Amino acid sequence: MAQSRLEQRIRAANAAGRKALIPFLPGGYPERGRFWNEITALDEAGADIIEIGVPFSDPVADGPVVEEASLACIESGVCLEWILRELMTRRSRIRAEIVLMGYMNPFYQYGLQRFAADAAEAGVAGIIIPDVPLEEASEFRTELDKVDIALIPLIGLNTPRERMEQYAAVSSGFVYLVSVLGITGARDSLPEKVRGKLAEAREAFDLPLALGFGIKTPAQLEPFAEHLDAVVFGSALIQHIREGKDAADFMQRWR
Amino acid sequence: MNHHQKTAAEAAAYFGRFGGKFVPELLIPPLTELEEAMRTIMVSEEFRNELALLLRDYVGRPSPLYRCPNLSRELGFDLFLKREDLNHTGAHKVNNTIGQALLTKYMGKPVLLAETGAGQHGVATATAAAMMGLECIVYMGAKDVVRQSHNVLRMELLGAKVMPVESGTKTLKDATNAALRHWIAEQETTHYCLGSVVGPHPFPTLVRDLQAVIGREIRAQSLDQAGGLPDYVVACVGGGSNAIGAFYEFVNDESVKLVGVEAAGSGEPGCFSSASINLGTPGVLHGSLTMLLQTKEGQILPSHSVAPGLDYPGVGPEHAWLHESGRGLYASVNDDQAIEAFNTLCRKEGIIPALESSHALAWVLSNRDSIPAGSRVVVNLSGRGDKDLGIVEEIIAARREDA
Repeated sequence: MAQSRLEQRIRAANAAGRKALIPFLPGGYPERGRFWNEITALDEAGADIIEIGVPFSDPVADGPVVEEASLACIESGVCLEWILRELMTRRSRIRAEIVLMGYMNPFYQYGLQRFAADAAEAGVAGIIIPDVPLEEASEFRTELDKVDIALIPLIGLNTPRERMEQYAAVSSGFVYLVSVLGITGARDSLPEKVRGKLAEAREAFDLPLALGFGIKTPAQLEPFAEHLDAVVFGSALIQHIREGKDAADFMQRWR
Repeated sequence: MNHHQKTAAEAAAYFGRFGGKFVPELLIPPLTELEEAMRTIMVSEEFRNELALLLRDYVGRPSPLYRCPNLSRELGFDLFLKREDLNHTGAHKVNNTIGQALLTKYMGKPVLLAETGAGQHGVATATAAAMMGLECIVYMGAKDVVRQSHNVLRMELLGAKVMPVESGTKTLKDATNAALRHWIAEQETTHYCLGSVVGPHPFPTLVRDLQAVIGREIRAQSLDQAGGLPDYVVACVGGGSNAIGAFYEFVNDESVKLVGVEAAGSGEPGCFSSASINLGTPGVLHGSLTMLLQTKEGQILPSHSVAPGLDYPGVGPEHAWLHESGRGLYASVNDDQAIEAFNTLCRKEGIIPALESSHALAWVLSNRDSIPAGSRVVVNLSGRGDKDLGIVEEIIAARREDA
């Protein structure tokens, strides 16, 4: 498989001697108007990839911070169609690659084929769908492959090696390793098990490895640095914005 | 979802195009472990014997199939009630929780986790956990904790820890989200005792297999007491565990009409309801592709029914399939019809039914003219109505004010 845009972007950051940065914000957060300003700010502050959340009413893998933010976005009328439509008009001005993260149902209602076409037009490089494991992914992946959008695999601390290999055979973009056996939300420390799982993933995949869930500070990553190519942060960024600060300022500590 | 590309094992997770395993990767290992336990432990003679004894001596099975003399005379056909209300804890729920609790013990896990709406499944889980010596944690929407305070007390008396859920609509679907999250984090020590035939594979199959005892008994009792199979088996459908339990034995008997009855809420256009098959569209929630009440953007709508146990925006995938394949008839009745049926059974037969089961009875009463004279009609009386007296009391008071 040829290197996808996502992979190239992460490798380029690594070649420059740093981890790629992947901030996450729910679409339309904190308000619909301000959201795109924050995306621009994240872009200008050095985000390599920006993950935009597609709000869903029942986000099973998310903690309270992301859930509350998502529900507020739904209240304000944000939906997948709004995100894609807005993205189409702004994509050329954003340097970072764009990844959408959301639960299956909104994509399913949009129509998988229609989504693939519109997402390609909006310049989306990849998607992450926590409630679509390997078993349920083949139909969606077929549509995404046609337009060169990566379906990014999520790997847990409890994912066995042979399942990683099954994912490796069909995946592109990067690998998202979930740092905790739990839901999203900033934590003070990460389990020791992360190191071993990253090493295992390094052997199973040819793709860059990103670590996400529960990440708050660069110091948390030090023990795992050698096996890590990129880092995803969401809840901590949302909390930062909720305190009235701006997204660009959050990025400073990571650069 | 495209079945042509699925392996046999993957296809087993589906009923027609419904079902599947739409869960975070982190839940795949415990689901695989559960499938394995179903394949090895549940089929063993030791497990089956122990479960059979518990069902007989602790739950009180078989539950009677009772012919209602007064209503049968009035209706012109034989109306039978499958008396799941006479089970220990007062509902069919215990068939499932005793089975899953026993499985949990065999799997060597010390904690039983559950979600509950009305509290019936929570009580049944807490009961089974206490009996098996397991720790029990029950998630419940904060609104339901207030509405069903007696059941909260029951669970606590039985030693369960009740966790109120403040997120979302503060009802059953949010309790389910919270329980799934808890399970992700505590999967090594915990079995998630799902309360209905919903959720990711293998839960719809597991819960169905544990509830299928209802239909097996109906068959034997109907042959013995009425001299033939039923013409109709009627059951209420929220998630649908009592209904699939009553139906499953008869799926291959084309002469037996299977009628699932959903809750239409107030029945006014645009009201919140729990009629996911009649008023919903296909979508993915809580681990399976099924019929859901949702917006066109795919956000899950709040549900409503006067019967708290039916108050859920989705339905078991096997029901979605029985409906789509035409094998099952899925109708709906509204709150008022259910209350009327509730009153009728109280007065005519001296039985106070659960408001959930009253929906099934209401369908029979509303369709009495189209049911041929002499038919054998079985209504699954899934639970008793003691738990609903607070709701009924409010309705009576409101009607007095209106009058």
